[in-house]
Amino acid sequence: MKVGVVVFPGSNCDHDAYHVVKHVCGGEARFVWHKDASLAGLDAVILPGGFSYGDYLRTGGIARFSPVMKSVVEFADKGGPVIGICNGFQILQEAGLLPGAMLRNRTTKFLSQPVHVRIERNDSVLTDGVQVGQVLTMPIAHGDGNFYLPDAELDRLEGEGQVVFRYTTRDGRLEDAANPNGSARAIAGVCNAARNVVGLMPHPERASEAELGSLDGRQLFAALARVLQAA
Amino acid sequence: MKARVYVTLKKSVFDPQGKTIHDALRSMGYSSVSDVRQGKFFEVSLEGVTAEAGQKVVEEVAHKVLANPVIESYRVEVEA
Repeated sequence: MKVGVVVFPGSNCDHDAYHVVKHVCGGEARFVWHKDASLAGLDAVILPGGFSYGDYLRTGGIARFSPVMKSVVEFADKGGPVIGICNGFQILQEAGLLPGAMLRNRTTKFLSQPVHVRIERNDSVLTDGVQVGQVLTMPIAHGDGNFYLPDAELDRLEGEGQVVFRYTTRDGRLEDAANPNGSARAIAGVCNAARNVVGLMPHPERASEAELGSLDGRQLFAALARVLQAA
Repeated sequence: MKARVYVTLKKSVFDPQGKTIHDALRSMGYSSVSDVRQGKFFEVSLEGVTAEAGQKVVEEVAHKVLANPVIESYRVEVEA
């Protein structure tokens, strides 16, 4: 797989994503500067975590107007896999590629901790072939991860099967205490209707090597590699 | 010309920061304060446009950039 990792001013998980694609999963990775509009030759694009533009205005609110985003939208419209992790997820929401918006965490605190997320769908490009109901342990690190949509739109999202990850207990039960940021319906990640754009707040790239305490995130990169191989 | 843009969370949207401020005010003894909602305020200066064109630009910028319509509403005031 040839994966482009977009670098915005303030991205800080770009090297982690690059490292996991290239050195852990054996794929090809290349950084794409946010002012570089070309995604030629890439099979998939990752928008990494961080604090693009210092989170000024709103998280992802300015990065979505970077030149590269026009190409990312075109790439996604043609069915190309686009993955947004943490700030990357927020940018995809601001760009209108994924539904919802992020409010400040309900505690108002920045949260940096491991969480458990349950796989709800295995028909997205990031969860293809992964067991539904399986619980993955990955870290979160965000101040604004409180997923919001009005109730009617949440119903529609659930009806369309676009909720991909939910915060649960370690054994997969929905509990308010297991929802770190107050996200509506414990939503930790969603996909678009076509299932080729996926965003999630937890960091799979920080949970892909034994040294970092969890290998669970690797399953998601492996799923993406499978999808690309089959394409 | 100058314009002011007020961006506020929609009524249906929970505001954790506003609630924290409200809780603090209550604990300081301001028992008459029944709610606090936090928002954003922008002062936008424009040059070389008519008032009408300027208002249009600011409305567009508020809608497209300054507010996220999923969670926020905005109000524009133009200074004559």
